[in-house]
Amino acid sequence: MATLAFLVLAALLVGSALAVVLHPNPVKSAMALVVTLFLLAVVFVLLEAHMIAALQIIVYAGAIMVLFLFVIMLLNLGDEEQRARPRRRVVVHGVAWAAGALLAVVLVRLVAGAPLGRPAPAPEGYGSAALVARSLFTDYVLPFELAGLLLLVAVIGPVVLAKRGR
Amino acid sequence: MWVDVGIAAAKAFAVVMLVLNMSLVLLWVERKGSALIQDRIGANRANVFGGLLPFNLGIINTLIADPIKLLTKEDLIPAGADRVLHFVAPFLAVFPVIVTFAAIPFGDVLVIGGRTIELQAAALDVGVLYVLAMSSLAVYGVVLGGWATNSRWSLLGAVRGSAQMISYEIALGLGLVAAIMTFGTLDLQEIARAQGAHLWGVVPLWGILYQPVAFLILLIAGFAESKRVPFDLPEGESELVAGYFTEYSGMKQAAFMLSDFAEVVVVAGLATTLFFGAWQVPFLARDGWHLPGGVFVAMPHLAVVALQIAAFTIKVFALCCFQILVRWTLPRYRYDHLMDLGWKWLLPIALANVVVTAVVVVLVA
Amino acid sequence: MLDQYIGVLLTFLFAGVIVAGMVSASALLAGRRHSPVKDEVFECGNPSSGPARGRFPVHFYLVAILFIVFDVEVVFLYPWAIVFRELGVPGLVAMGLFLGILAFGLFYEWKRGALAWE
Repeated sequence: MATLAFLVLAALLVGSALAVVLHPNPVKSAMALVVTLFLLAVVFVLLEAHMIAALQIIVYAGAIMVLFLFVIMLLNLGDEEQRARPRRRVVVHGVAWAAGALLAVVLVRLVAGAPLGRPAPAPEGYGSAALVARSLFTDYVLPFELAGLLLLVAVIGPVVLAKRGR
Repeated sequence: MWVDVGIAAAKAFAVVMLVLNMSLVLLWVERKGSALIQDRIGANRANVFGGLLPFNLGIINTLIADPIKLLTKEDLIPAGADRVLHFVAPFLAVFPVIVTFAAIPFGDVLVIGGRTIELQAAALDVGVLYVLAMSSLAVYGVVLGGWATNSRWSLLGAVRGSAQMISYEIALGLGLVAAIMTFGTLDLQEIARAQGAHLWGVVPLWGILYQPVAFLILLIAGFAESKRVPFDLPEGESELVAGYFTEYSGMKQAAFMLSDFAEVVVVAGLATTLFFGAWQVPFLARDGWHLPGGVFVAMPHLAVVALQIAAFTIKVFALCCFQILVRWTLPRYRYDHLMDLGWKWLLPIALANVVVTAVVVVLVA
Repeated sequence: MLDQYIGVLLTFLFAGVIVAGMVSASALLAGRRHSPVKDEVFECGNPSSGPARGRFPVHFYLVAILFIVFDVEVVFLYPWAIVFRELGVPGLVAMGLFLGILAFGLFYEWKRGALAWE
């Protein structure tokens, strides 16, 4: 039952990810990415990481993709032009698909060959907000503060770039 | 197992119907309420049976004639508009808002036939985060709504609208953080249950006693999220025609309108759950009334459940009416003032509220 | 643990079907009488004044970036809000430092005028 759910989910995920890459319209491509991220959050839920799933939607699908859409709209990106040279398109697609297939084969062999036993059952409360919080603010305080600094850079950078020359 | 799924389906359906029906009722309340406030009669022209009745029933107009009109209007899509996005945008405007209500508890527990049923469509451990997640998805309806129609004015309304929504989402989040700090859990049903205690045995310990500032922030941010007056410039009635949903007709426009009222219901539901004790009736516990002075009156379980659900509905409705009252009382904010309010006032105040709450709780407790 | 989400799934299903039905109802039920003037967008009666998708002020982009940063900050506040009582003063200091860094960022943008004019 769980396997079936996961397979359906994985199929949908791969489908929407392909839509992101293959669709000529940038806005629809971005919306396909939103769907992909949402489905990824569902995968997190299946892995019992409830808080991370919610945060994935709040931050990634809800904030970052809005920024993507703003940029697409501000730059007025139109549909990807169909190149007048079909031969080049075939070459590009061929290389891309071949590289993807190679990566897939490598990953499958790595995972299938690894000596993974059955994973231990998740401890009680695994993935809950309280557990994540406790370890985040005790064991991982330093990365947390560094993340704060990174966010500060993210705040100051665009302001400097946008206001340059004014 | 199938019985459980059936029960969950019934609850999910009940919640969706609650939001939709309350939105419809609010539509009528808004029309008549605004008429009352503006000293006029309001919509009262639709008559049943073509003049047979000696009076006009305004409610028939709103609840029957209006939907019929909207259903039968031609679905116009401007040339150059993207047909797929033209469908997706109103869908994405309404769907996340309705779905948010799944995490909000509308009662305590219902014990039937040996089964204890939580009266909450989705008893999530991370209920508050779920609500926030769905609210952040509501922006896409606005953004795509303006983009899909290939109209410059719609796009302007859409970008302004989404910029407004995302600015106030932070303040909303911070207000919720302060409320969460008081209760120490993300589970909305736990928060509802925690508000059953009484101060000195008399005053119900509802969230608003702990966090009045957070309630105000939630309310103001909620107004901005639903783009209602005083923050309705993106919709800009009388300025941008209808802003980002100008080019939608028929049921697609109805969907955008519905998202407005559904958001009112959701904000009211959230505020009720966090600040007004959700389904709690003062002095009512699961087994009966525990009145001050030690008086105990036993009540049958179903009566308790009915009272609690009724209390929840009344509280939500009262907050919705309050939002409608505010809409017809305050003038509209200019856009730069609106953004100033969000970033320069609400955000610092909300942050300060969080810090003060934290310091007080840690140092005092 | 996972049966919490059955309710979510079912709510999605019901809401999705109802809303999709609603949005496509006009397209299915209403008549369709096409005329060229119906293709134009509404500009208060004026003939359409040029291409729809011109450039927009970069300010919206700045607002979106700032939103992301502060959204991430709020997202860090949620787990902390649950356990801050247990963490006591050290937790207060850690989060205070984080909030201080970002408050400085807010102050900087304010002074630089990134929050002004909209």
